[in-house]
Amino acid sequence: MYDITIIGAGIIGTSIARELSKYKLKIALIDRENDVANGTTKANTAIIHAGFDATPGTKMARFNVQGNVMFDKLCEDLDVEFKRIGSLVIGFNEEDMEELQNLYDRGIENGVPGMEIIGHKRVKELEPNISDNVTGALYAPTAGVIGPWELAIALAENAIENGVELLLNHEVKDIQKNQEGYELFTNNRVLSTKYIINCSGVYSDYINEMIAKPTFKINPRRGQYFVLDKSVGNLVNTVVFQCPTKLGKGILVSPTIHGNILVGPDAEDLDDKENLSTTEDRLKYIKEIAKLSVEEIPYHMTITTFAGIRAEPSTGDFIIEEAEDAKGFINVAGIKSPGLTSSPAIARYVVDLVGKIVGNLEEKDDFNPKRRKLIRFNLLSQKEKEKIIKDNPKFGKIICRCEHITEGEIVDIIKRKAGATTVDGVKRRARPGAGRCQGGFCGPRVVEILARELGKEMDEIQKDRIGSYILTEKTNKGNNSMKEEELELFPI
Amino acid sequence: MLNYDIVIIGAGPAGLAAAVEAKKGGVDNILVIDRDRELGGILQQCIHNGFGLHEFKEELTGPEYAERFIQQLINLDIEYKLNTMVLDITQDKVVHAINMEDGYMTIKAKAIILAMGCRERARGAIAIPGTRPAGIFTAGTAQRYINMEGYMVGKNVFVLGSGDIGLIMARRLTLEGARVSAVAEIMPYSGGLTRNLVQCLDDYNIPLLLSHTIVDIQGKDRIEGVVVSKVDNNRKPIPGTERYYECDALLLSVGLIPENELSKSAGIEIDQMTNGPIVNESMESTVEGIFACGNVVHVHDLVDYVSQESRQAGSNAAKYVKDMLIRKGTTLKTKPGDGISYIVPQIIRTDNLEKHLDVFMRVKDVYSNSKLVVKVDGVSVREIKKKHMTPGEMERIKLDFKLLKDINDSVISIEVEREVV
Repeated sequence: MYDITIIGAGIIGTSIARELSKYKLKIALIDRENDVANGTTKANTAIIHAGFDATPGTKMARFNVQGNVMFDKLCEDLDVEFKRIGSLVIGFNEEDMEELQNLYDRGIENGVPGMEIIGHKRVKELEPNISDNVTGALYAPTAGVIGPWELAIALAENAIENGVELLLNHEVKDIQKNQEGYELFTNNRVLSTKYIINCSGVYSDYINEMIAKPTFKINPRRGQYFVLDKSVGNLVNTVVFQCPTKLGKGILVSPTIHGNILVGPDAEDLDDKENLSTTEDRLKYIKEIAKLSVEEIPYHMTITTFAGIRAEPSTGDFIIEEAEDAKGFINVAGIKSPGLTSSPAIARYVVDLVGKIVGNLEEKDDFNPKRRKLIRFNLLSQKEKEKIIKDNPKFGKIICRCEHITEGEIVDIIKRKAGATTVDGVKRRARPGAGRCQGGFCGPRVVEILARELGKEMDEIQKDRIGSYILTEKTNKGNNSMKEEELELFPI
Repeated sequence: MLNYDIVIIGAGPAGLAAAVEAKKGGVDNILVIDRDRELGGILQQCIHNGFGLHEFKEELTGPEYAERFIQQLINLDIEYKLNTMVLDITQDKVVHAINMEDGYMTIKAKAIILAMGCRERARGAIAIPGTRPAGIFTAGTAQRYINMEGYMVGKNVFVLGSGDIGLIMARRLTLEGARVSAVAEIMPYSGGLTRNLVQCLDDYNIPLLLSHTIVDIQGKDRIEGVVVSKVDNNRKPIPGTERYYECDALLLSVGLIPENELSKSAGIEIDQMTNGPIVNESMESTVEGIFACGNVVHVHDLVDYVSQESRQAGSNAAKYVKDMLIRKGTTLKTKPGDGISYIVPQIIRTDNLEKHLDVFMRVKDVYSNSKLVVKVDGVSVREIKKKHMTPGEMERIKLDFKLLKDINDSVISIEVEREVV
């Protein structure tokens, strides 16, 4: 019997799991996918927002500003890359400038530090490639960029190190109340738990309705993006938003934490919670709008396009509360943007909420907030590279040519807690295949290493989710198990 | 720091031919570096035949062709390091490389020959809309899985792009028991060799859909199908022409890109048309003493021409080391004229020419009964009749030394002229 079962191992579920792992509790973190961070967490804008956007008084406003401050320590403890590069909301006319003033005032009310409204000249100094039509901008130095899946993977790893059990490939089919709490019926087995925290993203309404009355709906809202090659360089230095009164609300041009350029997203309400297709018309629309910010975006340097699904709550704000008609069942739902930024603050708030429901939570003495550091070979100095290859020759073998990722790093991220089991899982943790060739060269090598380290055949290795097999079967020549009578047909 | 006269980066056909020729040119202290586990480069996975018709006057498979050069390399006792990755090249010709045995190496070279080859353009670069399922491979990656690892990539395959590797793989998959429903090509002509169109598609009844492209990829976890549409003269899909093809794998053969990250880090100037280093008659880049050859310079159609070009690079690197290359004197530039997309070399220092100079180029369109016109400063000096020219096949002309001497600071342009019938 678990004390707490967290459904959903995205950024919210992993943040809560890690925060709760500070206390003496038996916790399960379950997910239907074969990896953590495999839903919205892996496909979003990857921005840590300053916090001027949300309406004052909402949970969004409160947790955004609280969460933003927490990232430096969190990322240091977990060894996750994070850069406060600042953001600009740019305006093109007087009307926009008024709106920027409104945003500024809202930011002040929300408690956002360091904001400034700057004029054309300053904007061009900060961002020489921004359109000459810019009249000014709201500059917020506390905004930043991060790898959201990298953070969620790190949170999961650290939570497991601190005693949380991660159960992947567990899809919740039904929930029933029993005397001590709940029974969770999954495709895998039945789990008993005293309390449930529902962090199932776009499916959180569906999970809620298994046990509680439908008090909210989560509508899938798709957004599409371009990712440009690193060699594009400093096209922009900060996160560049357009003024929200413009047609293209939300479409930004931003560096990523890894030095690529991200352009997008649009916003499109869909019925299908799984529709991650990109479409030509929307990508074209994004290009048109982004052009207003930066006129010359080198789309011929695109390395990939992708789509993500946001969890749009029918209530308009984050839903973080115990279900009225299901005691001990806590919904953490509708966590759309600024959900990533809010995640550490939400986790803290949920722990308090759990404390109130459970009674006093007892802290562990041996909680370890630190994750063992990742090795990023391409960021090491020559001296450090020399040493690490001497210590472990696997670091002398480059697998990903574009990003200079070594076999040593790939083996490490497979062997860690919440380690990689799929090609995309390896890519999300160590970035082979995330470069310009998108896995053309390293794909077969990564499949080979995964098979070897996991004790599987190459054709058992999945690209991403279950069912995303890469190889179909052995070739006739590759299959050495010919029967003797067959061999007779081919006399030597 | 290690010291070599010549360091060659890449042990594919270009690197091997360059190494052999440099050694024959009298330089002993040579090192060949390759990131793969064996010599021969991509030839080792090209198990089909058709290699070596010019070079050896016989039809060899890729590994056989490579083996001829590997044997020479071994016979000439040229040093090489495998499983070794070059991380950086500096302008003063220091090579930084790593492997499992030697660890981190810095290698000072008198001359460097870049022979890194090219990589395949991936899906992202052509931005096909749709889902992002498993089962989408560049043709070369699929070739590696099938020919090197012994695994099939699908049973019902669609191929986008009619580059040579795509055509070769359409046949290979068919021979391995898969069904290849069609090859779609956005251009009105194929990007591959005519002989491959005949031997790989026609002979196996695989349709080639010219002026067609994929407008949607479907399938959640594994690819389930593609929507193919006809395109107009501007390569835009024509609404109403969509057709769905069921498939469990999609192969992309949509172009090759010379791999020049190292060249750029060495400060070498890149030609926007070839995506490779700008080179002179000696296959020397814009950085003195750094030479380049093969697909890193421009994507070749036949490996035989790679070998030929690389011998040039090897012998000239040897001359450079022995201080026999003439740096000053008359210099000419080449310029692609009408109908020509690029010319290699881009610079000619006539004092280094012996009898003649081979000039490589590609045409932009399909031409029948036309001629290539060579002009010096706008004045026609030579015409070569061509029955058939296509972008999929490289054109080569020999420029006579006599034609080039006594002119300085001139521009040599080559253009296509349609013959009036």
